[in-house]
Amino acid sequence: MNWSDPNYLTWLIPIPPLVAFFVIILAAGRSKTLSHIIAIGCVFSSWLMSLSIVLAAVTQHKDLGLVGGSLGPKGVWGGSINWLANGTGSGLRAINMGVLVDPLTVIMLFMVPLACLLIFIYSLGYMAHDPRNTRFFAYLSLFAGGMLLLVVADNLLMLFIGWEIMGLCSYLLIGFWYEKPSAYKAAMKAFMTTRIGDVIMMLGIAYLWASTGTLNFRDVLHNQATLDMLAKAPALSSVFNGGFLGLSAAALIGICIVCGTIGKSAQFPLHVWLPDAMEGPTPVSAMIHAATMVSAGVYLVIRMFPLLSAGANIEAGLYSPPMVLMAVVGAFTALFSATIALAQNDIKKVLAYSTISQLGFMIAALGIGAYVAAAFHLITHAFFKALLFLGSGSVIHGMEHGEHAAHAGHAGHDSHVAADAAHGHDAHDSHAGHGEPGAGHAPTEDVTPTFDPQDMRNMGGLRHTMPVTHLTFLIGGAALAGFPIITAGFWSKDEIFADAFNMSSRSPLAIFVLVALALAATLTALYTVRQIAMTFWGEPRTEAAKHALHNDGTAEGRAISFELTFPLIILAFFALVAGFVGVNPGFPVIGSLVKSLGFQEPFANFVGRTLLNAPAHLDFNGWPVLISLTVFGLGAYLGWLLYVRRPVVAGQPDPMEGILGADLYRILQNKYYVDEFYGWAFISPARWIAEVFTYQVLDKGLIDGILHMIARAAIYTGNLFREFNRVVIDGVGDGIPAALIDAARSLRGVQSGHIQQYLLYALVGVLWVGLNLVVIVVFPAIIGWAALAQIAIALLLVLIFNMSSSKASE
Amino acid sequence: MVPLIAYLIVAAGLFSLGMYAVLARRNAIAILMGVELMLNAVNINLVAFWRFSQPVTEAANGLKVGMAGQAFAAFVFVVAAAEVAVGLALVISMYRNRRTVIAEDIDSLKF
Repeated sequence: MNWSDPNYLTWLIPIPPLVAFFVIILAAGRSKTLSHIIAIGCVFSSWLMSLSIVLAAVTQHKDLGLVGGSLGPKGVWGGSINWLANGTGSGLRAINMGVLVDPLTVIMLFMVPLACLLIFIYSLGYMAHDPRNTRFFAYLSLFAGGMLLLVVADNLLMLFIGWEIMGLCSYLLIGFWYEKPSAYKAAMKAFMTTRIGDVIMMLGIAYLWASTGTLNFRDVLHNQATLDMLAKAPALSSVFNGGFLGLSAAALIGICIVCGTIGKSAQFPLHVWLPDAMEGPTPVSAMIHAATMVSAGVYLVIRMFPLLSAGANIEAGLYSPPMVLMAVVGAFTALFSATIALAQNDIKKVLAYSTISQLGFMIAALGIGAYVAAAFHLITHAFFKALLFLGSGSVIHGMEHGEHAAHAGHAGHDSHVAADAAHGHDAHDSHAGHGEPGAGHAPTEDVTPTFDPQDMRNMGGLRHTMPVTHLTFLIGGAALAGFPIITAGFWSKDEIFADAFNMSSRSPLAIFVLVALALAATLTALYTVRQIAMTFWGEPRTEAAKHALHNDGTAEGRAISFELTFPLIILAFFALVAGFVGVNPGFPVIGSLVKSLGFQEPFANFVGRTLLNAPAHLDFNGWPVLISLTVFGLGAYLGWLLYVRRPVVAGQPDPMEGILGADLYRILQNKYYVDEFYGWAFISPARWIAEVFTYQVLDKGLIDGILHMIARAAIYTGNLFREFNRVVIDGVGDGIPAALIDAARSLRGVQSGHIQQYLLYALVGVLWVGLNLVVIVVFPAIIGWAALAQIAIALLLVLIFNMSSSKASE
Repeated sequence: MVPLIAYLIVAAGLFSLGMYAVLARRNAIAILMGVELMLNAVNINLVAFWRFSQPVTEAANGLKVGMAGQAFAAFVFVVAAAEVAVGLALVISMYRNRRTVIAEDIDSLKF
């Protein structure tokens, strides 16, 4: 067996991070170095294996993904094993576990391990002073392992396993600083919110299994007969006449799967968890936003696209219900969260809403059939969003450092020693209970509790002290805003616009998507300029911002600085160049330049082969490019007007407030009160049900009532027995001694202590015995009468005695 | 010869006399004296029955001897003497302790 063969190598890709998780948890103890070596080594080996597969795929790309290609009957790499054997007779079908490498997998394998590796390296610096370092790297490894498992899976069940591993990891990592109530609440919120989508998605998977008997991607998605069958069959036909809500089976399954994505990729009704997830350490945010969690949601719908679009005629502008759902939700979310991002002051919250917005772009693109554009934007977005998050982490780290330095009363950048050695990051006040050993300097309590190192109003002018972060953040921001030509974001967004524009003549839905996305893109440029201007440009607005940097000249500071900036540089490179693989050859100058290098729209050609019927090639059209340029120009110009021309100074209100008006600004800052609405509409009723119905009525009333009834019956029976015991058993038991005591009391008078009385008794007794002897011996005839007489005398005596004794007792 | 019934009557009278003393006298010494009278009444009975019934017991050497009544009487003397010795000692001890020899006052042995 040749292990470098991609058919086998793919199996190994998710293994190292998963193994790393167990090894670190079980064996690394508290050793930071050991956990770092294991985690980085494992993710590095995954990256190497992925890279070799990507290289193999790119060099042999002519064949990969084609049905009946030269790579075996399926034209893909991979294999599967029988996981749950055939249940003979019971109607169960075998469940196979396997891996699959097709062009879509390849581009994910290019992006995911690389982003993971860079985030791991970044975490070395960022989490350097966290006391729970080992645990962090263990969780991070599991996260990466879950994502890689999801990417290489060849069936929905295995994908779902990776999906849920990531759900768990997001919970663990968002709540990593669980001393902060906001962190563990955010973790719970993320877990619960994504759960809603996951449950619906699981129903979809179950229904797919029930209708086709397989969850394998190739069997379902590359089988026109199956797809047609699902598209024609009415949903839940055994229960609903004519199909559930008139949907086809494919549509119902598709909608369920899209719901899973809505939860995981934080689309509109279920988007609330993602901004709160910013409570986690920044590398986790980058992980969630770029490499893993939310990408997984988009990957799922891209992967399932043939099923989602089953029954649709995209060319004719006829969309299937899941596609309409995706288009509407995606476009709405893109615009909706872009407006929220305008008014956020937390540097990470802006990025969070920007992520939601960009994911909306991808899902809307997929909704109108822009398969390649969605996948393309997924990849470019992963790079520049990871870059932006790591950059913001670098800023936060620097701001904390600056706050310590400013607080320590040192002036100048060169004199603040290793003052930051003891602090954690975003949550520097959260480690009070940990008491890092050996922290003899700059105790964390020194930090002003009200200072927020993530608040952009506290920043400004950071370009002076953090040039590398500034430059890379600028590149990331430019890519996010869609800076023309030189950034990846421009090309991928342009492709989405091109597809939407192309469809708009055939479908009103595409017009809606186009308009919503164009508006969202304008706002994207605006809030990106706002963020960069508020963070890096202008003059420092606080002392902390003046001193913000992480390379303080010490060896440790240099090491941290390297670990924090090296990934930024790599990601910035990809944020710039990753777009060129998707350039339309018809694009003026650039297109022909790329073509002259021998590439013929490489990305679209490559990824398009994942589908059974590769999407049609789109000819170059000037209008969507004009849209891209216009929305970027407009947004950037507005940003320049508001934030660059007259930089915000300390204490000045946000210029956005002046433009939008105080009311709208407040609404945006409060995220349209969606959280409050959910609190009112779902959480309060749930609490009410829990407290009033479940607790008081069900638990206290019904269950406790039954228990109390049983208890009361038991007590009643017990009382009955007690009465029986008291009257009968005790009556007998106590009666005997009582009678004896009575008798003794009556007879006590006999023993008077008078010796002569005793003699008299003896005399009477002797006389009585003697008399009886005389009667027995001499007059046997009158024995009966004598006995009777004696009894009568005895009774008489007792009577007299009793009367006299009762009289005496009175 | 005086008949047996005469002895018995004397003995009975003596016994009754003694019993009356025992039951009716208050002085403990007088009660002891009554007891002596009763014992002696018994002695009279024993000796009288022995004399009139001539009980014979065959001894080891074949002689027929009859000494049981006298022997009983002698025993009673001995026992009576011992009893009086002990009884008087008790009475004296009682007197020392409680300054009384009246039987009715000596009633602490009761329930």
